Amino acid sequence: MGLKMQSHQSLAVRLNEQMGTKRGYTLIQSYRAWLPKFLIFWVFLMAILSMFIYNGMDADNKVRRKEVLSSMCDQRARMLQDQFSVSVNHVHALAILVSTFHYYKNPSAIDQETFAEYTARTAFERPLLSGVAYAQRVVDSERENFERQHGWTIKTMKREPSPLRDEYAPVIFSQETVSYIESLDMMSGEEDRENILRSRATGKAVLTSPFRLLGSHHLGVVLTFPVYKSKLPSSPTVEERIEATAGYLGGAFDVESLVENLLGQLAGNQAFLVNVYDITNSSDPLIMYGHQNQDGDMSLVHESKLDFGDPFRKHQMICSYHQKAPTSWTALTTAFLFFVIGLLVGYILYGAAIHIVKVEDDFHEMQELKGRAEAADVAKSQFLATVSHEIRTPMNGILGMLALLLDTDLSSTQRDYAQTAQACGKALIALINEVLDRAKIEAGKLELEAVPFDLRSILDDVLSLFSEKSRNKGIELAVFVSDKVPDIVMGDPGRFRQVITNLVGNSVKFTERGHIFVKVHLAESPKAMMNGKSESTLNGVPNEDVLTSGGCQFKTLSGCEAADDRNCWDTFKHLIDDKEFRYGSSSNRVATNEEYVTLMVCVEDTGIGIPLRAQDRVFMPFMQADSSTSRNYGGTGIGLSISKCLVELMGGQISFISRPHVGSTFSFTAVFGRCKKNAFDEMKKPKSEDLPSGFRGLKAIVVDGKPVRAAVTKYHLKRLGILVEVASNIKTVTLSTKNGSVTSGRNIMHPDIVLVEKDLWISIEDGGFCVRQLDWEQNGHMFKLPKMILLATNISNAEFDKAKAAGFADTVIMKPLRASMIAACLQQVLGIGKKRQQGRDMPNGSSFLQSLLCGKKILVVDDNMVNRRVAAGALKKFGADVDCAESGKVALKKLQLPHCFDACFMDIQMPEMDGFEATRRIRQMESQANQQMNGGPAVEESTCRKGEWHVPILAMTADVIHATYDECLKCGMDGYVSKPFEEENLYQAVAKFFKS
Amino acid sequence: MLGLGADRLRADMNRLLALLFHQGVLDEQFLQLQQLQDESSPNFVSEVVNIYFHESEKLLRNLRALLLDTELSDYKKMGIHLNQLMGSSSSIGAKRVRNVCVAFRAASEQNNRAGCLRALELLEHEYCYLKNKLHELFQIEQQRALSAGIRYPMQN
Repeated sequence: MGLKMQSHQSLAVRLNEQMGTKRGYTLIQSYRAWLPKFLIFWVFLMAILSMFIYNGMDADNKVRRKEVLSSMCDQRARMLQDQFSVSVNHVHALAILVSTFHYYKNPSAIDQETFAEYTARTAFERPLLSGVAYAQRVVDSERENFERQHGWTIKTMKREPSPLRDEYAPVIFSQETVSYIESLDMMSGEEDRENILRSRATGKAVLTSPFRLLGSHHLGVVLTFPVYKSKLPSSPTVEERIEATAGYLGGAFDVESLVENLLGQLAGNQAFLVNVYDITNSSDPLIMYGHQNQDGDMSLVHESKLDFGDPFRKHQMICSYHQKAPTSWTALTTAFLFFVIGLLVGYILYGAAIHIVKVEDDFHEMQELKGRAEAADVAKSQFLATVSHEIRTPMNGILGMLALLLDTDLSSTQRDYAQTAQACGKALIALINEVLDRAKIEAGKLELEAVPFDLRSILDDVLSLFSEKSRNKGIELAVFVSDKVPDIVMGDPGRFRQVITNLVGNSVKFTERGHIFVKVHLAESPKAMMNGKSESTLNGVPNEDVLTSGGCQFKTLSGCEAADDRNCWDTFKHLIDDKEFRYGSSSNRVATNEEYVTLMVCVEDTGIGIPLRAQDRVFMPFMQADSSTSRNYGGTGIGLSISKCLVELMGGQISFISRPHVGSTFSFTAVFGRCKKNAFDEMKKPKSEDLPSGFRGLKAIVVDGKPVRAAVTKYHLKRLGILVEVASNIKTVTLSTKNGSVTSGRNIMHPDIVLVEKDLWISIEDGGFCVRQLDWEQNGHMFKLPKMILLATNISNAEFDKAKAAGFADTVIMKPLRASMIAACLQQVLGIGKKRQQGRDMPNGSSFLQSLLCGKKILVVDDNMVNRRVAAGALKKFGADVDCAESGKVALKKLQLPHCFDACFMDIQMPEMDGFEATRRIRQMESQANQQMNGGPAVEESTCRKGEWHVPILAMTADVIHATYDECLKCGMDGYVSKPFEEENLYQAVAKFFKS
Repeated sequence: MLGLGADRLRADMNRLLALLFHQGVLDEQFLQLQQLQDESSPNFVSEVVNIYFHESEKLLRNLRALLLDTELSDYKKMGIHLNQLMGSSSSIGAKRVRNVCVAFRAASEQNNRAGCLRALELLEHEYCYLKNKLHELFQIEQQRALSAGIRYPMQN
């Protein structure tokens, strides 16, 4: 036991392990620890992505800003440059004017006044110049002359008389705006001097580096142009230029106000910061405009080159935005939204994953629990099975001992005690068996056999089991099997019987009146029944009509109402009709080739029925309709659940229809194998023993008012080979026989037997009818009296006597009907008759055998003394004269010709000389004798057949297999009989020879 | 009273027979044997059964001798004996003896000495049981015949 428990445990463990290995890890499940990291990673990823998006959008903005800046800057630079060059051009024009009118005209056409006026009037042409002035080149040698001519001395920029120099450049003409520089020596200023030198060398306008202008203190540059006295050659040298220089025209550019003005004219002025630098010395740019340290957005600058026409000087304009680039809200919002959305998506995915993980965890947990529960269930079933088995063994001991005890000499009290104990023990064993069955089924250990069996005889057996009970209760118990159901089917007879027994047992238990009807037909048949049903309603004969007209009589077996009206006559007869139709056409319809046959079994009762509320748990184990049921009727309530399991194992289904106080009809289907032909033949032999074939060809009339019951009776009689007619009352029978059996239209026979239902007889009896009135002999025919048999469910002694008096002298057959029981009764009844009609040709039965064997001399050869004696006894019984031989040799001796034996039964297995050998020798002997006889004089003819010696030799063998039979024929035997003798078999073998 | 005694004896006999059938000691063949008994041969059954016992005892003796005497048992001869025993057993319907014979024969065909010995033990046991029971039966029958025999003249 301990071992077993251990094995259960290990089973459970194994089961769990299996579950473990089987557990499917999904992708998510296997990375569950990584999930939070994945989430964080996702958030970072989103942040980075949104950053990228922001940067991308911001870069766009910057590029645009830069483009705007550069275009603005370029535009400003170009304008400044244009304005500047316009002014420079004008100064150039002035220079040419001065040279033309001051030097080429003699005397000079220009004086200070003219110059001032002209320049004042043309000042609009030079908006950038604060003023222009003309300084004359004066070499030191000419200084006194010059000073004298103009009446002032040359002064330096600091308004002091100029010191002595090589040359001077005193301003002689000046615009009024800069009149303060008249007489100042331009050469004295550093920038101016440099300018002057550079301009006269190049002959072009040159610019100074920016410096604070005199007067305005604005930053400015001075533009200087050389004025030449004479026309220069086309490509003059520097010396030639210096030589030709007459003076210098200069102007001061107030760059600061100039740029201020210019910028003021342009849009978007406020946004930009513009600086102009002189970058002649690239390492130290000099600012011309703007503030060196002005705060602005220095991150983004644009430089534009300025060309003011002086190749020596380089200028550039640097622009930048006043304010830093504004934060781009669109980009920021977009990026932020993207981040938020990403975050949400990530969180949703994370949540989903977490949820999946959780659900899967739960699932696995559940699965494990389920596995454990199942293991526990299996263990429980196994435990039950084991324990039941363990209980059964000692119980069998107890029961066996009780049986032995009952066999001993006991006082009546002791016997009573012992019998009670035995009854209880049997009940307990029955219960344990049921529990064991149930447990076995649950543990899946129950396997169904597949052996050929005779369904009808099983049903008969079950019926006989309950016949006592049903008779006591006065219930009609009947079985009907459709002819279409094969005789032998493959299946588990024990389990089939169990189901039927259970259902019928329940029915018997719960039925107090009426009937229990077991019906078997092919599962296909209900279709025909359905057709029949619809037909009957079409014909306008609803069941209610039957009910009223029949005086509360239902057309069921007993006349009681049944829950399921499928078994009532209206549909039932269709089943029979259909069957008969099939029967007629079955000659050309050979056995169907289907391998399986599905049977429908109905068990109908007219009991208390099942309460409606209990109907849905009928098939649950240990459930009864209600708790009072077990009190009133006993039982455990396990039977139906077992039946259900068994039926399902048999490939069928069980169902029921029940109406409280009317009855229940349980029906189930089951699949059985069809029997193969040869197996069928083998089976036929032992099974046919059950039903003697001696009644074949007898004729019977069944008198019964209830068609269903009549059909059942007919079915049983048919199985015995009796031809049956059904009459609904006795009068019809009488009539039909009186009128020479033609009224019925069929060539009805004179019946051998008349079976009358007790109910019918009673009712007739009440009406004053006597069966004696069936005056058979009146009609003048020479028929013998038919046997009158009463069919009754239960009969009292008084009734029995009355029946006897009324003419049912022969017998009363008690229901439930069973073929074998009917056979026994008929044997009893007809057996007496047989002696009377010995001469009559009845091809069956022992009487014929007797007639065949009577007076015949037969030799029995067998080494086994017992067998010899038995065989001799059997043959003697049929009136044969038997001689015995104990070996083949003795037999040979006895059969030396001429002999007077009519037949020889030869055992095959004998020591020394076996049956085959002996037969061969006998045949040899005979053929020699025959040859002699044909040639020589005729011998005794008493026993020779057709003038030849041939004694029939029949083999006696225990094993009836074909090979043996073939060998029998080969060595000259005429047939074989099985050992020990069976009447039927013996008859068949013997009939061949003694037919004549 | 004597009539009642006969009835009781008949009931006893039937019960004994039913027990033997139930135990599988006897089968239908025994009933057929009983049917063969009639006025012409009133002691047919007991006669046959006695022959059976006589023969069987001889066979059993031989079998035991064959098994025990020589180390190299003659299984073929044993088979013949067994066949005989089997045949006669099935003739009188001694089902269990016959079944044991079948097993015995199977063992002897395989030259399974241990199995043969076991089967022989079993066979002897079954045989003794059968013999006892049948003797019991015949005793009852004799008593019944006696009581019935007394009754007949009274009736006549």
